[in-house]
Amino acid sequence: MPHIEARDISLIYDTPGGAVPGLRGVSFAMEASEFLCIVGPSGCGKSTLLNIIAGFITPNVGEIRIAGQPVRGSGMDRGVVFQDFAQLFPWRTALGNVAFGLEMKGVPKAEREATALEQLRLVKLEHFAKSYPHHLSGGMQQRVAIARALAYNPAVLLMDEPFAALDALTRDDMQRLLADVWRTTRKTVIYVTHNVAEAVYLADRVVVMTPHPGTVKTEVTIKLPRPRDPLSVEFLDYQKELLRLLGQDAKGH
Amino acid sequence: MIADRARSLWRGAVTVIVVLAIYEAVARSGHFAPALMPTLGVVLQTLLGSLLDGSMFEHAAATLYRVLCGFGLAVFVGLPLGVLMGRFRPVENFVLPLASALMPIPSLAWIPVFILWLGLGNAVTILIVLYAALFPMLLNTWSGVRAVNPIWLRAAGAMGANENALFWKVIIPGASPFIIAGLRQSFLRAWVAVIGAEMLAASNFGLGWVIFDAKEFLNTDVMLSSLIVIGFIGFVTERLVFGSLERATIYRWGMAQAAKT
Amino acid sequence: MHDVARASDIALTPAAAGPLRRAARNAFPFVVVGAIWEAVAHAGLFPPRFFPPLETVAATLARLTMSGVLPHHALDTIVRLIAGFALAALFGVTIGIVMGRSRRAEDILLPLVSIGAPIPGLAYAPLFLLWFGPGNVPAVALVAFVSAFPIIYNSWTGVKAVKDIWLRSAQAMGANDRRLFRHVIVPGALPYIVTGLRLGLAQAWRILVGIEMLAAVPWGLGWLIFGAQEFLNTDVMLAGIVVIALIGLALEKFVFQRLEELTVVRWGMLT
Ligand SMILES: Nc1ncnc2c1ncn2[C@@H]1O[C@H](COP(=O)(O)OP(=O)(O)OP(=O)(O)O)[C@@H](O)[C@H]1O
Ligand SMILES: [Mg+2]
Repeated sequence: MPHIEARDISLIYDTPGGAVPGLRGVSFAMEASEFLCIVGPSGCGKSTLLNIIAGFITPNVGEIRIAGQPVRGSGMDRGVVFQDFAQLFPWRTALGNVAFGLEMKGVPKAEREATALEQLRLVKLEHFAKSYPHHLSGGMQQRVAIARALAYNPAVLLMDEPFAALDALTRDDMQRLLADVWRTTRKTVIYVTHNVAEAVYLADRVVVMTPHPGTVKTEVTIKLPRPRDPLSVEFLDYQKELLRLLGQDAKGH
Repeated sequence: MIADRARSLWRGAVTVIVVLAIYEAVARSGHFAPALMPTLGVVLQTLLGSLLDGSMFEHAAATLYRVLCGFGLAVFVGLPLGVLMGRFRPVENFVLPLASALMPIPSLAWIPVFILWLGLGNAVTILIVLYAALFPMLLNTWSGVRAVNPIWLRAAGAMGANENALFWKVIIPGASPFIIAGLRQSFLRAWVAVIGAEMLAASNFGLGWVIFDAKEFLNTDVMLSSLIVIGFIGFVTERLVFGSLERATIYRWGMAQAAKT
Repeated sequence: MHDVARASDIALTPAAAGPLRRAARNAFPFVVVGAIWEAVAHAGLFPPRFFPPLETVAATLARLTMSGVLPHHALDTIVRLIAGFALAALFGVTIGIVMGRSRRAEDILLPLVSIGAPIPGLAYAPLFLLWFGPGNVPAVALVAFVSAFPIIYNSWTGVKAVKDIWLRSAQAMGANDRRLFRHVIVPGALPYIVTGLRLGLAQAWRILVGIEMLAAVPWGLGWLIFGAQEFLNTDVMLAGIVVIALIGLALEKFVFQRLEELTVVRWGMLT
């Protein structure tokens, strides 16, 4: 049985200006501990799809099944990391943010703080446990957000362009860190990006989407050994193939 | 930098001294009746006297009691109602039109009506303070709740927060810049209202009443000492109470910008 | 599961209901409160003198308006408001700008402003009455005095918020002091000044009624409702309060909101 399964998802946005088709007939399945990237041009419905999987939006047609159960609303089996730095609670320290999910579960204070500190260590921020978010850089804030999503140990990690707003060097570091974290924790990860190199670096499999309305165009399995070398010929070949797949649309319009 | 600071302080001190000296000179010149313009010595003596015999403390206590009751009620009503307005459309639809119609009426305008209904005394003053302080509290809380970043609600929801946790751990802290601005504004309005209400409706205690009563007997020195105490209390609450509340919360969290509209 | 900010809500909120439905929705709470008032008034719990039914208040309102008494009171109140506020605006903006431009003026004036500001304006009322005698002079002077503080404070902050880099680039382009003032300092500080004026006027309005009660002026809405105490004319008081509410609403709609839009547009919402 696949861990996550999207069955024929369609969603129409109801706006004052009329109905906007968001997604049409999106289906895919993934195994536990798989790292799936979703790429596609801006506006093709990547965030919409992720929000549906997270349970923030209910689709008009179709359903998401996680471990065989249909998704109804958000749940603690999924951790979410958004693109926006502002996702951290400014009134809580880094540690307080990471401990939030455990606090909601009713884990005693000492225990949850120990766990949260462990997670911060995983993203190399244990020395900033007592800092408030506004004293952290953008990259550090995103690392705290990742630790926060991991802390209550969800089986699935959903990430929506978490590093898009970072500079290239920091983004490189972050990608390496994320690959490490995934290797140690073996979560099932869905990662949205429009950066092709990032997708090839991180993913087991890449879902390519096309816009108007958002549909799955094709899937590409990345058969490269890890850790991956972004300068190798094979890496560049995959990158070219994805760019070609994305570029076809651009011409089509 | 430090020299600059010192010069500013020095100049400030000089201004205050010069202004006081001019006042003293005019007061001593004999152009005005001493009853209308007592010398600084007399004012200070009166102030000290009233502090030492405890009467000033009694008046201040009466005023503080009234203002705290009215302000406390305003927070007690305005904060939850503001949150409800921000969270539930029907509550907003019902309360907002009423609030927008009542808010532009200065609280002091109700004094004669309330006196007629309740008689002179504490109840009128407290009610006037409540009226003055309620609307800033209500409307600030309401805008604060609406300004809570939806991504915080989603993140908390994804981590399993229920309505109760959402309220106490996300909405209230998320709206805190506005709520604190509301508390501050409310208290300022309450402080003005209590003085006005005491002048017009108090029986025989309170700093506002002292000023008003002193006018009848041309006790300008009493008036001025009461003014000094009023200013002192206003200053202390503004700087110490609300200042430290802000430093402990929104400044520490880097959220101070949010409510400075 | 949670009823929080579904994506469709965010886009959907306004413009959905027609103007008629909106009017009905806004009227509904008043109908409810009015009905409760009527029920209490007619139940006979309180003597009608103290708790008149709405039709009595409306009749009094109409009668006093026809006879010209109410318009006269209202006009005097408005004139006092405008006179006091105009004085405050004139002095307040001038003082604020001078404080913002000159370090010396700032050092000299700031202590006085910070000592004066935390004292509620009304507390000065008896002092003003003693010094100027009862009547219009202390009323207008007090309104001016009280509303000057926010105007001074905001103008000062506004001038200080004018960026050095704007001043330098204007100077580099050959602007002299006068032009610098007209074309850089005033427009740069304007959003703050407008905010100060708005706060000042609102403050003036809040205490004017109280001042009229204290100053025993012959005409004015404050005096009208205060004087009505003598004869237990609750209907007159409530009619006066209705007029006060209308003036307040008009200020809110036609002055404050306009001023706020002006600053928000210029300011791009937040600092
Ligand atoms: N709340 C909304 N209301 C109406 N339409 C929306 C809403 N959110 C998204 N859309 C529309 O749905 C489509 C998909 O949007 P979505 O945000 O999922 O795209 P995306 O692939 O994440 O784009 P990007 O890469 O720019 O983040 C777009 O055409 C957008 O206009
Ligand atoms: Mg997106």
